[in-house]
Amino acid sequence: MYDTIIIGAGMSGLAAGIRLAYFDQRVLVLERHFTIGGLNSFYRLRGRDYDVGLHALTNITPKGSKRGPLARLLRQLRLSWDDLQISPQLGSDIVFPGVRLSFDNDLDLLREEVAREFPLQIDRFDRLIAEIVEYDDLDESHQQISARERLAEALTDPLLVEMLFCPLMFYGSAREHDMDWGQFSIMFRSIFMEGLGRPHAGVRLILKQLVRRYRGLGGELKLRAGVQRLAVEDGRVTGVVLENGEEVAARRILSSAGWSETMRMCDDGAPVVSRVPGRLSFCETIASLDVEPHTLGHNRTITFFNDSEKFDWSRPELPCDLRSGVICSPNNFQYGKPLDDGTIRITALANFDYWRHLDEHDYRLEKLRWYDSITASAVRFVPDYRHRVVDTDMFTPTTIVRFTGHENGAVYGSPEKQFDGRTHLENLFVCGTDQGFVGIIGSIVSGISMANQHCLRE
Amino acid sequence: MTAAEIREEILDILEAIAPDEDLSNIDDSVNFRDQLELDSMDFLDIVMELRKRHRIQIPEDDYIELASMNSTVAFLEPLMKDIQKV
Repeated sequence: MYDTIIIGAGMSGLAAGIRLAYFDQRVLVLERHFTIGGLNSFYRLRGRDYDVGLHALTNITPKGSKRGPLARLLRQLRLSWDDLQISPQLGSDIVFPGVRLSFDNDLDLLREEVAREFPLQIDRFDRLIAEIVEYDDLDESHQQISARERLAEALTDPLLVEMLFCPLMFYGSAREHDMDWGQFSIMFRSIFMEGLGRPHAGVRLILKQLVRRYRGLGGELKLRAGVQRLAVEDGRVTGVVLENGEEVAARRILSSAGWSETMRMCDDGAPVVSRVPGRLSFCETIASLDVEPHTLGHNRTITFFNDSEKFDWSRPELPCDLRSGVICSPNNFQYGKPLDDGTIRITALANFDYWRHLDEHDYRLEKLRWYDSITASAVRFVPDYRHRVVDTDMFTPTTIVRFTGHENGAVYGSPEKQFDGRTHLENLFVCGTDQGFVGIIGSIVSGISMANQHCLRE
Repeated sequence: MTAAEIREEILDILEAIAPDEDLSNIDDSVNFRDQLELDSMDFLDIVMELRKRHRIQIPEDDYIELASMNSTVAFLEPLMKDIQKV
């Protein structure tokens, strides 16, 4: 009998596992896939290391900072700042027609940029920042008011509003067209006021630290162990039945499999309360170069681009949305030594239904076709690197489904979150993408807070 | 444990919670929340560490007693008087 079974060995599941194992619970993490990480994983292909989800870590505050999600999660997991080996970004851009706003891990740069490009808005921008600073992210009554409405009151230049939304939506809005004000405030702080960073070794460094810590505390991890269903008796979950038929008993279950996915696993016959699934998925192209991007004149860490004045955050009708995107170079962080390869990654919104209905032959061809289109779109905003490409890879919404199980390949899950993590069963809880926060830091904080609230107090 | 030993133990717990923190200049009369910027998650951790290390159960209503070093030691003294320091 386990004290807690955790479904999913992603960032949130492993973080929750560490908390529970640290406080002497008998814990089992079950992962359907053959590797850990879920949405944020890594792989090796033709001799090169790749990250899956990671562009950059958000919420990067300097060593010694006491406030903010990064400091909080380090304390909770008993990790030192140095354990994550984070190097800060060089600097990033938001590019719209005729306007470029640069930002780095010091808010002053963005302020100066806004003052230069939007001189009439800077006082309003300062007041907006003051309001965002005040937002309390531990207060669970997330203000579900529209960030678009709030920003339309706060700022009077619609172009500046669009340029602020673009990075924040790309890095964490499960909702089309808009964000909740609370989510907007959290994302604004995590990207513009705290900042971006990356370990030299990428996401594998973070995952390996989490697994090492979890196992060191006696936590158990099973890979290739998909959960077929949850056994339910009298309003309580009593354990899981694995896909191989094995039954494992537990006093409670914490699932990071997603809200609907978890509900469908319950065998109690209760109707699955329908919840609007997310619709926002991505294609991502990855190019390995034989030079570092800076030798081509590209020293930006992330470039968020949009080719018109209006930013459209919705599921595209076309297979991929070529009007906007995110260009990331993992090389452009302040490392002590260079990476082995030059890399450029481009993320664009994509239509899951289109990709899912392709047969294998067409899928391969369409990947090649859209790889070229996405790259051609991106080199409008960064130096053309296509003559230096030595290898490529690409993922689509169907890849996301295969590795994460997220419905519709929705990277950020359902737009409707379950902030308290509770379900209709008294000892079944959810964590991860559908509970609340997204991104690597957000997922880890989700795992920690759900473990604390539901699995440790008794 | 004596009051001095309990104080040492709390410092040890704080060091486990915040390994990057310099605890040598801690002021025993000032709230942890203000000088270390501990949040509600950290206070839960002090409680959990005491349970893990010494099997002491602290009800949620009493968390408020853990505000500063002085109040924490005063609160824990009767609860920990029979515990041997190891």
